[in-house]
Amino acid sequence: MMNKLYNWIDERLDITPLWRDVADHEVPEHVNPAHHFSAFVYCFGGLTFFLVMIQVLSGVFLTMYYVPDIINAYTSVDYLQYKVQFGDIVRGMHHWGASLVIVMMFLHTLRVFFTGAYKAPREMNWVVGVLIFAVILGLGFTGYLLPWDNKALFATKVGIEIASSVPFIGDLIKEFLQGGDIVGAQTLTRFFALHVFILPAALLGLLAVHFIMIRRQGISGPL
Amino acid sequence: MAHDHNNNEKVVYIGDSRVRKVQRTNIPQDYSAYPGKTEAFIPNFLLKEWMVGAVVLVGFMVLVMSHPSPLGYPADPTNTSFIPMPDWYFLFLYQFLKYGYVTQSLVMFGAVLVPGVAFGGLLLAPWLDRGKDRRWYKRPVASGIMLLTLVSMIYLTYIAWTHYEHELEKRGIEPEHIERARLIKEGQINAGATMVPEEKVPLVATDEEGYEILNNSTCLTCHGTEIEGSSFAPSLRGIGDKYTADEIHDIIVNGIRTMPAQLDDNLNKGLTEDDLRVLAEWLAKQKAPTE
Repeated sequence: MMNKLYNWIDERLDITPLWRDVADHEVPEHVNPAHHFSAFVYCFGGLTFFLVMIQVLSGVFLTMYYVPDIINAYTSVDYLQYKVQFGDIVRGMHHWGASLVIVMMFLHTLRVFFTGAYKAPREMNWVVGVLIFAVILGLGFTGYLLPWDNKALFATKVGIEIASSVPFIGDLIKEFLQGGDIVGAQTLTRFFALHVFILPAALLGLLAVHFIMIRRQGISGPL
Repeated sequence: MAHDHNNNEKVVYIGDSRVRKVQRTNIPQDYSAYPGKTEAFIPNFLLKEWMVGAVVLVGFMVLVMSHPSPLGYPADPTNTSFIPMPDWYFLFLYQFLKYGYVTQSLVMFGAVLVPGVAFGGLLLAPWLDRGKDRRWYKRPVASGIMLLTLVSMIYLTYIAWTHYEHELEKRGIEPEHIERARLIKEGQINAGATMVPEEKVPLVATDEEGYEILNNSTCLTCHGTEIEGSSFAPSLRGIGDKYTADEIHDIIVNGIRTMPAQLDDNLNKGLTEDDLRVLAEWLAKQKAPTE
C-alpha cells in the first residue's frame, strides 16, 4: 500500500533523488565514533542542531501560555511553572536547553577551529557559522527578559546600557531595543517579537545555508 | 525485493540513473580516497548518531527534572537592592566591562574595540590564518590566540561568579528564585495562583473601622487590593486562624521574613499607631468560616 502510494507520487514528481542524495552520501571513517571513539568531537554540530530543535518545539508550546505584556508576563510564567501539567518540564527544557545549545555550539566552534576545518574551500561556511553563533547569543539575550522577573529586568537594563555605549550608533541601538525611555512594556513586546519571530527565522535560514554548504563540500578530510 | 514476483515494488538502485548528472564546480571529496570504513548516512550512520543523541537526551531530561527552572519575584524597577546578573555566558564580558580602566577612561576600548576585534577576528579567521596546515600545533599563532582567549573567558567568568557569591554573602541576600522556591515549598506563597482564583475566604466585619484603616494602609500594596495575596505575598484572608492580634501587630511594626517593617510607611500615609492596633485586631477577626 505504502509502496504503491510512494511509486504513484514518484512517477509524477521524481522525488527519489531528493532523499537519496541525503541518504546515500558517505560518512567517512574519521568522523564516525563507532570506529574511533575520539571522533565524538564531530558530534557536537549535530547535537547543537538537535538541541535547537528541542528549543523550537518547547518554545512553540511555551507560547501557548505565555502572554507578552508586563502585567501578565510574570503571572503567566508563574502559572505555567506551577499549575500547568508538565509546564515545569517544558519550561525547564527551554531554560536548560538554552544553556546547552550555547555549550554545544561553543564546543562545535572549537572543534572546527582546532581541526582547521574552516580553511579553503570552507571559509564561507565558517562565516555563516559565526553568524549563527551571533543569532543564538541574540536569542539568549532576548529570551532572558521574557519571564519579567527582577533578574530579567536588571540583566536587560545592563545589556542595553552596554550596547548604548557603542559610539555614533549606540543611542540608535538603545532605542531600537528599548522602544522607549525605559526598559518597560515596549521593550518586552519587542524582545518577544525578536525572540519568537525574527531571530528564529534568521536562524533557520542560516542553518539551511550551513547544511547546504556542508553537503556540497563534504566534511573536511582527516588530519 | 527484487527476488519476489510482486511487481508493486519499484527497485531503486543506489546511483539511480535518474539522479541527474549536474556539473558541479565544487565536487565533494570522494571519501573512498581515504582508506577506511565509510558508510551511508541513512540509515547506517544516522542510527549511530541517534544513539549519541539519545544518551544526551536522557542526561538532559535528568537535569530538567532534577532542577526546576528559576523564577524570582516580578520585575520591580524601583528595587534598588537587586544585584544585576546577566546569564552565565555573558558573564565574562560583564566582568571585563566592570574593570574601571576599561569603562571609565576607555569606553571605546572596552565596550567596542575589544569585543569588536574578537568577534571580527573570529568571523574572518579563515583569511587571517591562511596557511595550508590544519593541525593546531602547526599554526601556533592562531591556536595560541584562541587558547589565550579561552583562558581569559573562563577566568573572567569565574571571577564574576565568585564576586557575585561573595556579594550575596556579604549582604546576606538569598537569591530571589531560591527564596521564592523555598517559600512555595513551605506553603508561604501560593505559586501560580494568580491565574486560577481559588475559593476566597470571605472578609468579615467590613463595616468596622478596621476595614477602613486597611484600605488606607500599605498592606494592599503587596497583599493585593482585596488582601487576596499575590505572587510574592500571602493572602491575608483568614489570617486570624494563624496569628493573634498581638502577633499581627508585631508583624506590621517589625516585618517578617521578606516583608519589611511597615510602621514608618503607614505613619507617612497618615495612619496613627492606634490605627495600626485597631487594624491588627480587625485582621485577627478574619477567620475562615467553620463548616
